[in-house]
Amino acid sequence: MLGRLSLSAIPLDVPILVGTFIGVVIVGVAVLGLITYYGKWGYLWKEWFTSVDHKRLAVMYIILALVALFRGFADAIMMRTQLALAYAGNPGYLPPHHYDQIFSAHGTIMIFFLAMAFMTGLFNFIVPLQIGARDVAFPFLNNLSFWMTAVAFILVNVSLFIGEFSQCGWLAYPPLSENQFSPGVGVDYYIWAVQISGVGTLLTGVNFFVTIVKMRAPGMTWMKMPVFTWTAFCASILIMVAFPVLTVAVALLGLDRYFGMHFFTNDGGGNQMLYLNLIWAWGHPEVYILVIPAFGVFSEVVPAFSGKPLFGYSTMVYATCSIMVLSFLVWVHHFFTMGAGPDVNAFFGIATMIISIPTGVKLFNWLFTMYKGRIQFHACMYWAVGFMITFTIGGMTGVMLAIPGADFVLHNSLFLIAHFHNTIIGGVYFGYICGMNFWFPKVMGFKLDETWGKRAFWFWFVGFYCAFVPLYIVGFEGMTRRLNHYDNPAWHPWLLVAEVGAVLVMLGIACQLTQLYVSIRDRNLPQNRDVTGDPWNGRTLEWSTSSPPPVYNFAIVPHVHELDAFMHDKENGIDTRQAGAQYEAIHMPKNTSLGLACGIFALIFGFAAVWYIWWLAAIGLVGVIGSVIARSADKDIDYYIPAEEVARIENEHTRKLMAQAAE
Amino acid sequence: MKNKLLARVARLGGLSSALLLAGCELDVLDPKGPVGEGVKTLIATSTVAMLIVVIPTILLTLLFAWQYRQSNTSAEYLPKWCHSNKIEVIIWGVPSLIILFLAVITYQTCHSLDPYKPLEAEANTKPLHVEVVALDWKWLFIYPEQGIATVNQLAIPVNTPIDFNITSDSVMNSFFIPRLGSMIYAMAGMQTQLHLLASEPGDYLGESANYSGRGFSDMKFHTLAVSGDEFNAWVEKVKSSSEQLDSQTYPKLAAPSEANPVEYFAHVEPGMFNTIVAKYNNGMVMDKSTGKMIQVQQSAMSDMNMKE
Repeated sequence: MLGRLSLSAIPLDVPILVGTFIGVVIVGVAVLGLITYYGKWGYLWKEWFTSVDHKRLAVMYIILALVALFRGFADAIMMRTQLALAYAGNPGYLPPHHYDQIFSAHGTIMIFFLAMAFMTGLFNFIVPLQIGARDVAFPFLNNLSFWMTAVAFILVNVSLFIGEFSQCGWLAYPPLSENQFSPGVGVDYYIWAVQISGVGTLLTGVNFFVTIVKMRAPGMTWMKMPVFTWTAFCASILIMVAFPVLTVAVALLGLDRYFGMHFFTNDGGGNQMLYLNLIWAWGHPEVYILVIPAFGVFSEVVPAFSGKPLFGYSTMVYATCSIMVLSFLVWVHHFFTMGAGPDVNAFFGIATMIISIPTGVKLFNWLFTMYKGRIQFHACMYWAVGFMITFTIGGMTGVMLAIPGADFVLHNSLFLIAHFHNTIIGGVYFGYICGMNFWFPKVMGFKLDETWGKRAFWFWFVGFYCAFVPLYIVGFEGMTRRLNHYDNPAWHPWLLVAEVGAVLVMLGIACQLTQLYVSIRDRNLPQNRDVTGDPWNGRTLEWSTSSPPPVYNFAIVPHVHELDAFMHDKENGIDTRQAGAQYEAIHMPKNTSLGLACGIFALIFGFAAVWYIWWLAAIGLVGVIGSVIARSADKDIDYYIPAEEVARIENEHTRKLMAQAAE
Repeated sequence: MKNKLLARVARLGGLSSALLLAGCELDVLDPKGPVGEGVKTLIATSTVAMLIVVIPTILLTLLFAWQYRQSNTSAEYLPKWCHSNKIEVIIWGVPSLIILFLAVITYQTCHSLDPYKPLEAEANTKPLHVEVVALDWKWLFIYPEQGIATVNQLAIPVNTPIDFNITSDSVMNSFFIPRLGSMIYAMAGMQTQLHLLASEPGDYLGESANYSGRGFSDMKFHTLAVSGDEFNAWVEKVKSSSEQLDSQTYPKLAAPSEANPVEYFAHVEPGMFNTIVAKYNNGMVMDKSTGKMIQVQQSAMSDMNMKE
């Protein structure tokens, strides 16, 4: 009846998990209680959960990403604490069974649920506004994508309290991840979480690709498209090409585990090397999927705060596109040590290095954007300059690892760990947080507090170096990744320094939370409100509409004449909004509960499949298919906002703009 | 001469000096063999080449950020300036030249540091063959010429090229002795090769560099690089052990164990390594000299519970 699920699956013997569980229950009950007390369920359901509005989905994605950040960071600091303690005979406080789950969960959560969700949140908010569209091409799929990602994250967290998570690292290399060596449910949780969120991501890629190709405002030719949209476009292409490979690789692993097949097993003709090739054929483009949009953020932020256009727009576009193509030609650099011949290794090593040329060009472009500008040191610029310095170092260590001869001693060492955190924290995370500070007023109608934003930056910046420079050093000392304990006295002091770094980063996260709290508390102060919709003297179309934008984004679809369309209009006295024009009724998509339904059924299916509860899995699967059919049959999917309503909203905003101008 | 110069440049480059100041021993950058030396020179050269771009970039970032801050109204402000062919040529050109240089040394070192390439030795030294099997969670070393085997202890004579043949009878691992240089994966049913040489006597840490499960952290071994005579004495010591490694005793050894102590086997059944590889290939193993698959003796295999 319950498959392999029994009471013994609940880890009552692990005090950390019991404590976490109690904490989660208390917070959960408090949140649910508050929502009930204030009677907000209807509001949440109508305005958020069932919403197909890209702006609402963006906010939900970013909340999901921040929750994932807490979970992923909790894992990170537990690992650092273990390694600070587990030295010279001291086993530390995390036995391998628990520790191995933590590092596997840390990587999985940070990539799939922090970085991917944050990126998708930024895409959702900014892309339609930047291209002058009223929504994405497939609003329902957008809602479905969100729920698929969200339930996959729930599934990962369920594994904390029921059963266990994978102990095979974030990429679950076989044969370790095969039944023979990992008979528990951990890898199955991993498989279903990755597969379900993969559906969401793939649909996002398709959605934004079509949106950008088909829904740009009239006049916005390819070379007048804002750079962030370009990066979203390239990332969407990468998603569409790379994610199916992930789905296939993990599905084949699933076939091995569930049906006794032999794709990657040791025996029966299986070949683990095939999995490594497949997973990295996705995995390497994946890191570019994450970092290219971060480059897009900096390409918007640096010009805005330097009071200049971006230096070398077309170079930036070509560099982005060439990175996109090259990212598919480098996957072997993740396993130079697998025994390929020198020519194969040389090809992939050199291909990897070549990527550093367009990437370097991008850095120089931001640099020369600042050159002869008037730089306002807003918190966004702190993140941008911090990124430029940090990412340069990360790029250098990346090229070192790309040289097969050097990789033969640095592979899988903590040097590698330091390198990719250098690029993912210094590039991706700094970029997304920079973007959050930049676009927050557009989303919420008020600015994020700068003082706390700068404090958060300094803690993150110093904390990052403090946590990861020691890892570069112990990497040179021959320390490999994923060690649970060690005896080498040379490593210990560095791992203590790294622990201090992790604490500093924790303070950085605390500052970010405080920043959110302070900003919401002081949202009505006049200096914090964004009345005009254009708090930074922005250059692109999203700044031409109100903050937060009306549900339809643009009452009149703007006409684009030049790159940096809104700046061009401002300089030439053109009213991008065309206020007072003859408004027409606007056609909009209707909310739907079927995305959420589909997600919940997918969660049921995933959970049941993990535990071999086949009747429940059947219900989940039928539910998923049924929701999709129900949606396909649903004819009541759109509505019109009457012209009078549009006029009322627009006139209200015009009135505010006039009042602001009069002050 | 050239190496010395490069090492000096690397030190100037700041990397080594910062690390030396810290007073720590950097295993990878303080190698005890020619492979490690080659890798170290490569790391130093490439680092210096990249610092040519990296340092100016970081300095310019800080300089521009400071110089063009809003409060510095004396700095020139060009609110429309966003293109310069001269700058474009430099920002594409200089990195491209450096990558061209790195590409050349990458191609060269891919060949010169190829782990499969036998090392050159002095005329009268014969390479020593060692067969390595990664097990859960320990390393088995078979010395086919000496007919002995050990667990978690690898003794090698100094200044003698060691030809490693590596496989796994479990999950994927990576065979790595940081002081001697390169690593290579160990995979079931497959043989990988590695050639190393210790030029100084010592006791060097060996480890797995690829996570392999619960007992991974203790999957360490000692590499005893000793003189030829000491090596012969060590072989005799192993031979005086009462343990034998054959198809009867192997399954017990291969069963998972953590923090396994050093073990000696006075005698090892000939062809043991091939048998372990062949378990996963329908009894076939690749003959290294011809590259052809050949059948391994059947009887030994059936004893070893091949589906285990």
